[in-house]
This record gives sequence, C-alpha cells and structure tokens, in this order.
Amino acid sequence: MSLDYIMTLLKPMLEGAQITVLLFIIAIIASIPLGFLLTLAARSKIKPLSWFAHTYIYVMRGTPLLLQLLFICFGLPMLPVVGEYLVLDRFVAAALGFILNYAAYFAEIFRGGLISIDKGQYEAAHVLGLNRWQTMTRIIIPQMIRVALPAIANESITLVKDTALLYAVAVPELLHFAQTAVNRDFTIMPFFLAGIIYLLMTLVLSFIFKWIERRFRYA
Amino acid sequence: MTVISVVDVKKSFGKTEVLKGISLNIKKNEVVSIIGPSGSGKSTLLRSMIKLEEINSGSIIIDGEALVENGKYAKPQNVKNMIAKMGMVFQHFNLFPHLTVRENLEIAPNMAKMGTKAEIRQRSEALLAKVGLRDWMDAFPGNLSGGQKQRVAIARALMMEPEILLFDEPTSALDPELTVEVLQVMKELAKEKMTMIVVTHEMGFAKEVSTKSIFMDQGEVVEEGKPDQLFTSPQHERTKAFLKRNLK
Ligand SMILES: Nc1ncnc2c1ncn2[C@@H]1O[C@H](COP(=O)(O)OP(=O)(O)O)[C@@H](O)[C@H]1O
Ligand SMILES: [Mg+2]
Repeated sequence: MSLDYIMTLLKPMLEGAQITVLLFIIAIIASIPLGFLLTLAARSKIKPLSWFAHTYIYVMRGTPLLLQLLFICFGLPMLPVVGEYLVLDRFVAAALGFILNYAAYFAEIFRGGLISIDKGQYEAAHVLGLNRWQTMTRIIIPQMIRVALPAIANESITLVKDTALLYAVAVPELLHFAQTAVNRDFTIMPFFLAGIIYLLMTLVLSFIFKWIERRFRYA
Repeated sequence: MTVISVVDVKKSFGKTEVLKGISLNIKKNEVVSIIGPSGSGKSTLLRSMIKLEEINSGSIIIDGEALVENGKYAKPQNVKNMIAKMGMVFQHFNLFPHLTVRENLEIAPNMAKMGTKAEIRQRSEALLAKVGLRDWMDAFPGNLSGGQKQRVAIARALMMEPEILLFDEPTSALDPELTVEVLQVMKELAKEKMTMIVVTHEMGFAKEVSTKSIFMDQGEVVEEGKPDQLFTSPQHERTKAFLKRNLK
C-alpha cells in the first residue's frame, strides 16, 4: 500500500471532511442560542409558550435524529399543497435538521445549568438594583455556562460523530467518500483513514473545550 | 425621623399566614434588632421591606413614600428608587462566585452608573480597607473564609450608599471565632449612625449594640422596647420563655 494511494484517497475524503466541519459549525452556532431560547421559553410564565417548548424538547429528544433528517429531506416535500415549496437543498435541509434537534439537547443542558444556580444569586442582584437583563447576562448566564460546559463539550463531540448521518440523506461528506473508495478498491484502508480524521476532529474539539473550561474556572 | 414604617402587614404562603398584621416604625440612625424563635416570620418581614417577598395587605412606607399601600405596590420605577435606599446582607452571603471580590463590589454601581469607573474603583478600595480586606481584592469568594465573605457582602451593600441596611442573621452561618469579625464591622457601622435592622440570634449584639429590640413570635410583634428593658424585664410570657431559653 503506497503513500501515493493514501494521498489519492485522502483528497476527496478531506473535501468531505470540509462538509462535515461546515455542518458542525453551522449546527453549533445556531443550536446553542436556539437551545437557550427554548430553555427560557420552557421556564416562561406564559403557559402556551412553556407548553410548546416542553413538547418540542420532548419530541426532538424522544425520536431518532435519523428519522428527523429523513422527514425533513424526503418527508416534507411529500406534504400535500405546501410540499412543493419545501424541497430544500439537501445540505440546507440536513443542517436545519441538526439545528432543530441539537437545540433541544442544548435546551435540556441549559435547563440543568439554570436549576443549579442558587436563588440567593437572584436575590442579591435584586437588592443591588440590577434589572432582569443585567441579572441574566452578568450574574446568571456566566455561572450557568460554567456548570453546563462539560455537558456542552460532550454534546458537541457527539455532534461531530452524528454528522456521519449526512450519509443517509446522500450529502457527500467524509464517510461517503470513504465508503465509495472501499467499494471501488476492495480495501478497508479508507475506513481507517476516516476513523483517524474523525478522531483528529474530536481531539481538536476536546482541546478547545478544555481551554474554554479553564477560562471559565474560578476558585 | 421615621425611615420605614410598616402598617398592619399580612403575608401568607399558601394557606399559612406568616405575618399576621405587623406594625412597626424605624427611625433614622436606629439599630433595631429583631429576635424570636425560628419560623416566627422575621426573615419574611425583612424581605418584604425590600420586596423580596410581596405582602398580601397592609402598607410599607420607605422615607415617606409608599412602597406598598393597602396591598397595592407602587409603580416599578418608584419601587426601584425605594429599593435603592436599602441594602441587604444575607445569612449565606450570596456573593457572586464568578466575580472577584472587587468585581462583586463594583458591578452594581457600574451598572447604575453611580460614578466614573475610577471613582467606583476608589470607593471599592476604600470600603474593602474599611472591612479589613484590602489585600483580598483580586481573590474569588470561593477562597475566602465565611467571616471574610460576610465582610465583603457588607462592603458590597455599602457601595450602593444605602440609607438603611437590612441584615438577615448575618452571623448564623459562621463559626463563633468568625462571628466576632463580622459583628465588629457592624458595631463600627452603628457608631457611624447607619440605620440598621438586624434579625439575629446574637443576644449579646442585640443587647449591646441595638437601640431597639423587637420580639416576634408566630407572625406577630409580641413586644418591643429598649434592649435593656426588653432583656431584663420582659412584659410578656412568650418573651420571658424565649429569653430564658436563649440567654445564658
Ligand atoms: N417561600 C416560602 N414558601 C413557603 N413557606 C415559607 C416560605 N418562606 C418562609 N415560609 C414559612 O414562613 C414561616 C416564617 O418563615 P421565616 O420568615 O423564614 O421565619 P424566621 O426567619 O423567623 O425563622 C415559616 O413557617 C416558614 O416555613
Ligand atoms: Mg430567618
């Protein structure tokens, strides 16, 4: 097995990895804030809003991500009347699926983070004259993030691996090119390479989160 | 001059009435100690004054202005202004753990734009020196002893230049040897004529430092008076029984 062969394998796989990384970045950037909004909605005093958020989180976490992706990519266009307007670009559709799904998981993580904060923190902020916005942004959210960071890191690593589900909706990503090469060349080398690339990605991500966790540490 | 008057205040949690028509007046420069068995409503009364609890009926007048009148609260902006006249110190300190000691002191005045950053910084340094923690400015609360935390909490409350300070059992979470340093700071404030309302189990402090003592039991003010009177010749059976149990 020559180095040349590995190089020819790597080229398309690394291109596929770009799709993986792109999806990861889009999904994480959109689903974290969306997840936080869901958490706030779930805690809201406005009953229908809170009910909607709870149901949403329950459904998204209670059904397989693969099913949700298939539904958005292939199910939506089959809906009567509106279906023809819902034929999305595969990548866009998949990204949407990841965002909607991961937002529910992040919402659950943030909920736990908020619960862990002592009510004395809100009370101290109140008697010092901080308004709600200041209390949330300066006092509550920074503490919540610290509590939630390890879980966010875990979820993000899962997200990297879940991008392989793009394979099922025929978006050509890393795994797709590996599989193609395996079929073509009758060798399992591409699978090893794919594994190594995934490992590298999750490794880099772990380092990034370790660094962020150190930044958020206080005595 | 009366700075807080509480008129026939009632408050229930669910079906249990915790404050059963409380009335009292607090004058400027007074140090009022509130004593009584646990569960008698002392904290709830104190917390109602700064609107950490909402009362069901009665009035609370701060500096001549109604925070709540016959159960009806003032407009949010007015409520905010009245709350700003008071500071509060909690049993469990409630410092912000993610901020340094200095940041704990400066965050609220900065948010309220009480001065330039430099002015606020100067004030925080002066107040930390006053409570003996000048060297701990850059520490996080997690690295302080309980007594130090409570002194930071007092300095933090003072940053907002309150007219009245409320203390809810400020030394109850502390070991006896750490209690002393906190009481020392409070005595200092009393000497400077700070108006203070202190819920406490420290009978020594109540007796020596306060200018008025209030005994509460089961949601009522049973008896109030000058500490030497109340402690040496209580008028009511309930006061007598409580003091007998708590004075050594
Ligand atoms: N948030 C709350 N919800 C329900 N009951 C409460 C709450 N806070 C206090 N109580 C009850 O009110 C009564 C008075 O409590 P509190 O004011 O804390 O008394 P004290 O400070 O004198 O010990 C107690 O019976 C307590 O259980
Ligand atoms: Mg209490």
